[in-house]
Amino acid sequence: MYLKRTNPTLYYLQRVGFYVLVVVITLYLLVPFLWAVLTSFRKAGDLFLQPLQFMTAPSTLGNYADVFANPNFRLGLLYSLITAVGAVAIALLFGSFAAYALGRFKFKFKSAILYIVLAVSVFPQIAVLGGLYTLINSLNLYNNPGGLILSYLIFTIPFTVWVLTSFVRDIPGELEEAALVDGASPLQTLFRVLFPVMMPALVTTGLLAFINAWNEYLFALTFTSTKRTVPVVIANYSGATQFDQPWGQIMAASIVVTVPLIILVLVFQRNIVSGLTAGAVKG
Amino acid sequence: MTTIKTTAAPVRQRGIEAARARQAIWLILPTMIAIVLVAGYPLYRTIFFSMFDANLTSPDQRTFLGLGNFWFTTDEGVALGFLQDPKWWGAVSNTLLFTVVSVFLETVFGMIIALVVNSAFPGRAFLRTAMLVPWAIPTVVSAQMWAYMYNDSFGLIGRGLLGGTALLANPTSSIWAMIAVDVWKTTSFMALLILAGLQSLPSDMYEAADMDGASKWTQFWRMTLPLLRPALLVALVFRSLDALRVFDIMSVMVGNVSAARLSMTAYARQALIDNQLLGLGSAVSIAIFIIIMVIVVVYVTAFRVKFD
Repeated sequence: MYLKRTNPTLYYLQRVGFYVLVVVITLYLLVPFLWAVLTSFRKAGDLFLQPLQFMTAPSTLGNYADVFANPNFRLGLLYSLITAVGAVAIALLFGSFAAYALGRFKFKFKSAILYIVLAVSVFPQIAVLGGLYTLINSLNLYNNPGGLILSYLIFTIPFTVWVLTSFVRDIPGELEEAALVDGASPLQTLFRVLFPVMMPALVTTGLLAFINAWNEYLFALTFTSTKRTVPVVIANYSGATQFDQPWGQIMAASIVVTVPLIILVLVFQRNIVSGLTAGAVKG
Repeated sequence: MTTIKTTAAPVRQRGIEAARARQAIWLILPTMIAIVLVAGYPLYRTIFFSMFDANLTSPDQRTFLGLGNFWFTTDEGVALGFLQDPKWWGAVSNTLLFTVVSVFLETVFGMIIALVVNSAFPGRAFLRTAMLVPWAIPTVVSAQMWAYMYNDSFGLIGRGLLGGTALLANPTSSIWAMIAVDVWKTTSFMALLILAGLQSLPSDMYEAADMDGASKWTQFWRMTLPLLRPALLVALVFRSLDALRVFDIMSVMVGNVSAARLSMTAYARQALIDNQLLGLGSAVSIAIFIIIMVIVVVYVTAFRVKFD
């Protein structure tokens, strides 16, 4: 602050440098995504154009029409939605039971259970891939959203347990004690007293778990053959021939899959930052 | 779940505690069953099959090999163990390179972005929001976006900046191209965690340092960095673990066959699923599991990381 008076040149030079840095950061964060958006609105023939002509070339919704005409992509959206919603619903239900017990009750092996949960959340998925494959096959869940929901529990449950436990610990104990004095059972206490208080935490945790499930690729690629979720559809998106990469359509499909996530993230951005830091679990 | 019932109001305190402990077991049970089913049992099966020669489609017909999946030379001198396969060691060294470089760059860039966003300037709210965009984009999608930018005949980078170089066609340059994708995608996550740490630092401390005439540079190295250490280390551990199991970026950008030379997970998956070698693939998976666990233990003991 003194610099402005003692050495104005240096002060303004620093301010300019700072804003250059801000602009560079903003471009770095946004340009790849904006370029994909732009490409999704361009005809295949215009992809050869030089960047400036490409930016001003006429827009078209053709890629989006093609993408939605593609049955694999439409079904992929459906399977992704079923899988992610199913895995998150189960994880939130089981996770809130466990978080209530871990955050509020005293019992043997509590810290051991917390460590197991933490260990599973950093598990390399490949370590269970073969075992899960044979399990899913023997349950006849191969190429079935049910098999994916089951396998996604390996990351959604530890995540919800870990984050919700830290939220439950912060809820004042008087609420629960009042319910206990009135003779409420633990489940009644959980559903009637704690759930309303935990609502923001449940929304945040559910949203983060949903994003992880929606984006999952390794299990989806391995445990399905035709009933593909969208990440696998986008990864294998091909044109008329194997060597023809329809970039416009791939970008349109990518935007369709990403925009709902970005909107959710922007709407809930405050909750997300607090959820990430409360759990500090993988993003 | 109707089985959870409190028995007639216990009079003594210990009775209440015992009843609560029993209730806690019921509450925790669904989670434990799920974890045993999807993590414990599959992990046990992976360890079990790592000692057998077995096919993915008929796991019941198997022959015991002991450690033969790891190291075995036939009488004719043919090396069958994956530890004797140079391709495996290539995948290990590429994955380690990927992890070290990308986590390092993410931390440095994340720190710069967090420091910028933590200072007051017009447009700060916008930048804070823009930070969330790369993080929200699915990894598969960001890999496709960058594959398009790297493309030698259409791409902003491949054609525009490099004049038609196919970065992804060359194994040496492709790993660096993939590091750039990972850095772009996850720097925001690092920045978010560091920013949360920065905002919890007391501002009066900086006022005192200003009064004493400490420069911003000194303040950063002497105050900010040491105080951020705990938050930074937890973020580093989780990012390193994530980077070590990288698969999506490689698989999407160069396909599963080339990816097996770049990522440990892709190498294991190729053995396990594409070649249907349940035994060999499981052995590779166990090796990856051990590598990752060793790195966790080293991190936790060397830096005394606390997870609370």
